[in-house]
Amino acid sequence: MSVLLIFFLAFAAIVAVVVFWAIGAYNGLVALRQIVRNGWAQIDVQLKRRYDLIPNLVETVKGYATHEQETLEKVVQARGAAVNASGPAAQGKAEGALGQALGKLMLLVEQYPDLKANQNFLALQEELTSTENKVGYARQAYNDSVMAYNTTIATVPTSLIANTFGFGAEEYFEITIAAEREAPKVSFN
Amino acid sequence: MWEAIRANRRRSTWLMLAMGVVLLSLGASIGILAVSWRGEPTIDDQLIGAFFGVLVGIATWIGSWIYSAVDGDRAILRSVGAREIEKKDHPRLWNVVEEMSIAAGMNGMPRVYVIDDSAPNAFAVGRSPDKSSVAFTSTLLRTLTRDELQGVAAHEIGHIVNEDIRFMTQAAVLVGGVELLSRFFIRVGPFAGGGRRSSSGGRSKDGGGGGVAILMAVAFVVAILSPIVIRMLYYACSRTREYLADASAAQFTRYPEGLASALEKVVVHQRTSAVGELNGAVAPLYIVNPLEATKLSAYSSTHPPTDSRVRILRAMGGGASFVDYEAAVKKIEGDRLRLPALELAARTGERLATREADPNQDPFEAVKRARAAIDLIDSFAGFTPILCLCGLRVKTPPESTASHVGCPRCGRVLDVPKPETEQQEERQSLPSTSGTEDGQQHYTRATGDWEAFSCNCGQTIQLGAGYPLDYTICAKCDRRIEITPAS
Repeated sequence: MSVLLIFFLAFAAIVAVVVFWAIGAYNGLVALRQIVRNGWAQIDVQLKRRYDLIPNLVETVKGYATHEQETLEKVVQARGAAVNASGPAAQGKAEGALGQALGKLMLLVEQYPDLKANQNFLALQEELTSTENKVGYARQAYNDSVMAYNTTIATVPTSLIANTFGFGAEEYFEITIAAEREAPKVSFN
Repeated sequence: MWEAIRANRRRSTWLMLAMGVVLLSLGASIGILAVSWRGEPTIDDQLIGAFFGVLVGIATWIGSWIYSAVDGDRAILRSVGAREIEKKDHPRLWNVVEEMSIAAGMNGMPRVYVIDDSAPNAFAVGRSPDKSSVAFTSTLLRTLTRDELQGVAAHEIGHIVNEDIRFMTQAAVLVGGVELLSRFFIRVGPFAGGGRRSSSGGRSKDGGGGGVAILMAVAFVVAILSPIVIRMLYYACSRTREYLADASAAQFTRYPEGLASALEKVVVHQRTSAVGELNGAVAPLYIVNPLEATKLSAYSSTHPPTDSRVRILRAMGGGASFVDYEAAVKKIEGDRLRLPALELAARTGERLATREADPNQDPFEAVKRARAAIDLIDSFAGFTPILCLCGLRVKTPPESTASHVGCPRCGRVLDVPKPETEQQEERQSLPSTSGTEDGQQHYTRATGDWEAFSCNCGQTIQLGAGYPLDYTICAKCDRRIEITPAS
């Protein structure tokens, strides 16, 4: 009789441990997924900031570089395409194109010493550099969190919980054009 | 990453408990000793003494805890004379801190403070990631490039997201509590009590004398050792946290070289310049211990040796993740250094590649650095530097007795300062700019060759032989100066 009781208690204890572990693992997964979503929201915030900055930049450059209508129009177009893109994959591609157009614009600025000496432009340039960095770091933080989350849902034993409650893998945010990070340069000589 | 934070949290809990035990046992010991030094104690008396001692310990703990929770971080910032800045005050610093907060996945960013100090350093304080502050000295901002500043900011943000700042504040409170109590003990204990206790041997009425004496001896040892033990605990955990924050910085910036070169600059500055006025009491908080140059014992040091940190960061072999940092620690320190939290995080992590250096970096940064190093070596060797009008720095060897020397670039004859006047840079009066009505500065070149003049703000501006533009911008005050070429 008492042996049965011991077995029963041991069984109950094991079940309790498993249940507690499962609750902990589930909560952990929810927390990780929340971090991933926050990361995505943060990218949006930074991209929006970049879109807001571009008209300013184009206006400033226009006053000096009157012969470069084509490049400026490309930037404006790329911005429009990026604003309207949806989903990580499409947005990644549009962002790549915008980055490339901006890179070309900044390269072009090299030919206009007056523009480079313009205080307004210099301030804008620090803002643009920083905004580019912020977009990059937001993307990096998002991808880091996706990596942590995807690793967790794919490894035993948390994968059991993930499969049971339908935690799917998240998508990485990739920028498709590799050469797009042509960063602006300033030099006084 | 997340594993490291969790492991850190567990470790912090254990350390807090250990430190709390030290505080409470010190309280108990003082209670026992206070009872024992007044007449003939029994074991019961001693236990009651210990009980009240523990109560005093708890009260001290709660009291200092409340103080730190209410005013801790602001008190620290006030004590070093930090002032809060906004974005417009220093856009680059603000942007760098914001970038790193984003990379760390924080909600919002910490408040940013600047300290006017001649030593380059930085620290982070606060109770939680949402209510945290980072402070940088003005000299740090002047000395570092954008990449380096980013490395430093990432290290501080690393302290914030690893929850080091909260722990360090709490730990500092406990250390303070223990020190308060042990000072109290010195007042009431055997050193102050004098000859209160006339009868010898601690023999008591019920014959439990052995127990009473042993308890007293133990209490005495605990009371003597606890301030030392608690400091060692505090310093030991602050040291491993520096490595963790470095690993986080490498991951956030994806550029370990930035932090490595910033650390190097800070240390070189500390060894060659006057020590600033940074407060020694907050030493464990700084990115590099401001007292490092003067401290000898590895056990009393709040930070790991900076050399080791720089070497590890540089040994990461093109990687930027915790995995790479862990491998670098193994390579540089072998088994001498164990970082359990890091090992745990490295087990599940993946390798991450580093990024390119900041393309906006001053192209002459490497040259400037090499020059600073050579100047340093020369000044140790007793060379006298003389700054010529043309911008060249002429150095005379210590054994030279000549009173004049010719500049090898422009041929001017320069006076060699007397050896008594300490290696002061000879500054001859420079031509200045002429102003026009609208505040515009104007400078007419005397020759087509190397020449220097001073801006209205006092900044020396040098022009090379082939300077192409008809204006220049002062590096200090940002004002535009028109230039007329020599006729």
